[in-house]
Amino acid sequence: MADVIVIGAGAVGAACAYYAARAGLDVTVVDRGPVAGGTTGAGEGNVLVSDKEPGPELDLALLSNRLWRELAEVADFEYEPKGGLVVAETPEVLARLEELAGKQGVEHTRVTDLRDYEPHLAPGLAGGVHYPQDAQVQPMLAAARLLKAARERYGSLRLRTGVTVTGVLTSSGRVTGVRTTEGDILGGAVVNAAGTWGGEIARMAGVELPILPRRGFILVTEPLREPLVRHKVYTAAYVTNVASDSAGLETSAVVEGTPAGTVLIGASRERVGFDRTVSLPVLRRLAAQAVALFPALRDVRAIRAYCGFRPYCPDHLPVIGEDPRLPGLHHACGHEGAGIGLAPATGHLLAQVLSGERPDLDLTPFDPGRFS
Amino acid sequence: MSAYDLAVVGGGPAGVAGALTAAQAGLRVALLDAAPRLGGQYFRRLPETFHATREAALHHGLDRFLRQSRALRSLADVLLEHRVWAVERHGGLGDFVVHAVAGDREERPVTVRASALLIATGAHDRPLPFPGWDLPGVLTAGGAQALLKGNLVVAGRRVVVAGTGPFPLPVAAGLARAGARVVEVLEANGPLGLARHPALAASKLGEAAGYALALARHRVPYRARQAVVAAHGDGELTHVTVGRLDRDWRVVATRTVECDTLAVGYGFVPQVELAVQAGCAMGHDLDGSPVVSVDAAQRTSVAGVYAAGEPTGVGGAELAEVEGRIAGHAAAADLRSAVHLAAEPPGTAVHRPAEPPGTPAHWAAGPAGLAVPEPLLRRRARLRAFAQALHRAYPVRPGWRDWLTPATLVCRCEEVPYEAVREAMDLGATDARSVKLLARPGMGWCQGRMCGYAVACLAGELPQAPRRPIAQPITLGSLERMTDDPS
Repeated sequence: MADVIVIGAGAVGAACAYYAARAGLDVTVVDRGPVAGGTTGAGEGNVLVSDKEPGPELDLALLSNRLWRELAEVADFEYEPKGGLVVAETPEVLARLEELAGKQGVEHTRVTDLRDYEPHLAPGLAGGVHYPQDAQVQPMLAAARLLKAARERYGSLRLRTGVTVTGVLTSSGRVTGVRTTEGDILGGAVVNAAGTWGGEIARMAGVELPILPRRGFILVTEPLREPLVRHKVYTAAYVTNVASDSAGLETSAVVEGTPAGTVLIGASRERVGFDRTVSLPVLRRLAAQAVALFPALRDVRAIRAYCGFRPYCPDHLPVIGEDPRLPGLHHACGHEGAGIGLAPATGHLLAQVLSGERPDLDLTPFDPGRFS
Repeated sequence: MSAYDLAVVGGGPAGVAGALTAAQAGLRVALLDAAPRLGGQYFRRLPETFHATREAALHHGLDRFLRQSRALRSLADVLLEHRVWAVERHGGLGDFVVHAVAGDREERPVTVRASALLIATGAHDRPLPFPGWDLPGVLTAGGAQALLKGNLVVAGRRVVVAGTGPFPLPVAAGLARAGARVVEVLEANGPLGLARHPALAASKLGEAAGYALALARHRVPYRARQAVVAAHGDGELTHVTVGRLDRDWRVVATRTVECDTLAVGYGFVPQVELAVQAGCAMGHDLDGSPVVSVDAAQRTSVAGVYAAGEPTGVGGAELAEVEGRIAGHAAAADLRSAVHLAAEPPGTAVHRPAEPPGTPAHWAAGPAGLAVPEPLLRRRARLRAFAQALHRAYPVRPGWRDWLTPATLVCRCEEVPYEAVREAMDLGATDARSVKLLARPGMGWCQGRMCGYAVACLAGELPQAPRRPIAQPITLGSLERMTDDPS
């Protein structure tokens, strides 16, 4: 019998398991696939504070930013504190970016000559804001190595891949475990870290969570010998798109290099359910936007494209905490496109809840009961 | 309205035969191929400048292929040096868009629109990793053949040919004829693979006997149950370790052979990514390869999409040609009946399955094979049975994994050693995809074409149909300028 059963071995599930094990709890992680096989394996590994409006999500992001830096000492997952550069095409947009940065109250620098930061940026941009805290991790390695580190350091963690949860067990109105394709697993608490599929797990437990998939495509270039892009570079439109409610296709240029030498090009957002059909118009738009930002990319070849499904809630905030409707059931999902960045804070705060401690941040804005 | 009735991707035996058959039946056909000349891998052609008069000696059936190619050029649009990177269903059924990039230095995007699509994209080599396989001087058997057929600079080389199945034989024979010193030919399976199926092999045995004769003439020894299990050299190949193998390919004894060139071939991987893009149902061949499922008329599960040749299962050039012809006949008949049905005035009393408007009825529910000459179907059956017999006689056995050392590169593009693959599995990867996500094999330039089979085996699963939305590298500039309107 485990103290905690974590459903989902993505970045968020791994962080929950890591902090719970560190707190001395006995943890079992189950995933129907491999480690990091879902949304974690289909993103870019963003650890951003720059794109968050002031409020609870920014608080979560700042806590997470600090925790990622700590975790990078624990395990190797290509943590790169490379900084983010948000660029504005016009002086008006630049003024709004600076206003946002002022309200965010996070470390930032106003940039007038963008080429000091990114020599290959297109001419004619008005300027930008540099956020030194923005970082990137290799998210699959991060999830896998955190789980391994927890296993090795705290010895109270079991990882069971290829095990599908088919039901949530309850007794006298309290969660007692999960039913799986490999038999029942009993535990004192269940953490729903199933990401985009978190709504399904909630339904098994008889509660509703309005989590829906938002599709995003990413283009990957051939590996470049010389790094062309140093920071995570994106246009101001990304900030507005992140908070958008539109169901239609939205794209904004997000361009960054990786340690492997490739350049990752995002970001698109569409609400089309779990449809994996490749959309060539989306790829074309991503290419056009990236080339507009970095003209030297015109002659660089794309070799790969992939898509993933980001789990979003109607209010664009994640769901973190114990479900008031079913004691013992905890949620840690619905992080949309910020799940990698917000994973450590989510895991840390949830571990505090599981240990009966007062969490470092007020979890009320993320309360699972807020939708009912 | 589509610009063409049929777009054929691939200019090898299957594509050319399919395109020609369809064009002779009156269809407007476009054929696209990445190479500067028709031929595919099998009939890979000498550069024009060689003016080789004895070229036919290098190829079985080349004369016949050249006749087909000439006929095709007068009946269809042949678009060479067009690398197809994506296909999509544009409007509804029967409206396909083929996206390619043309030219070499000055790449430009090209779009071809057609009512039907024939996927005849062939196959590529299936290497197995072993220590030293990344040394200069180590080639795939197909690569050696390409060298031989493409520019003939092998004279004076000291070559070992290793692998399994019949393909290494013509490679060795060709190398010997071109002046290379072929030290030995190694077959990892038993020696009697072909002879066990003499009835099926009648025609093929003649071909094999020819190669055997050629090898004998050049005094090339052919050794069964042996393989190159390691290649050595300081910066370039100088010698190899040859292992004597048990039935499962585990090494029971070794010896050293000096050579400066090694050609290895352990079968082929069908190129099926365009079929995956089009949404065609996939299956697995006997050799474990993901293949496109087709009916008796080479139709895939997607109406209007046909597949012929290696994408439906590796079986060689002769089978590819027959399948291409069948697909050409089927496409012509299906399109004719679709046009015929569409031309009927509304309200005529015709029994038709209930379908959305605009669906060519025949594609959805047509009887298979009606339009295809019976002798072709019989030849295909015989050649397929032979191909299956070869798969059974020359499997890849699991013992090759024991040839690997922790430092052996599994993926050459990303330089991923075997130990990294094992670490990924230790971290919780359970299939080839998650191994790739954690350790990067298959993330590089070739997108897993070379290492995909080995990584899947190491991860303990059958290779899965590759999901490659970008089937060929394309510059972001071309991607940006891509158009949906056919040029």
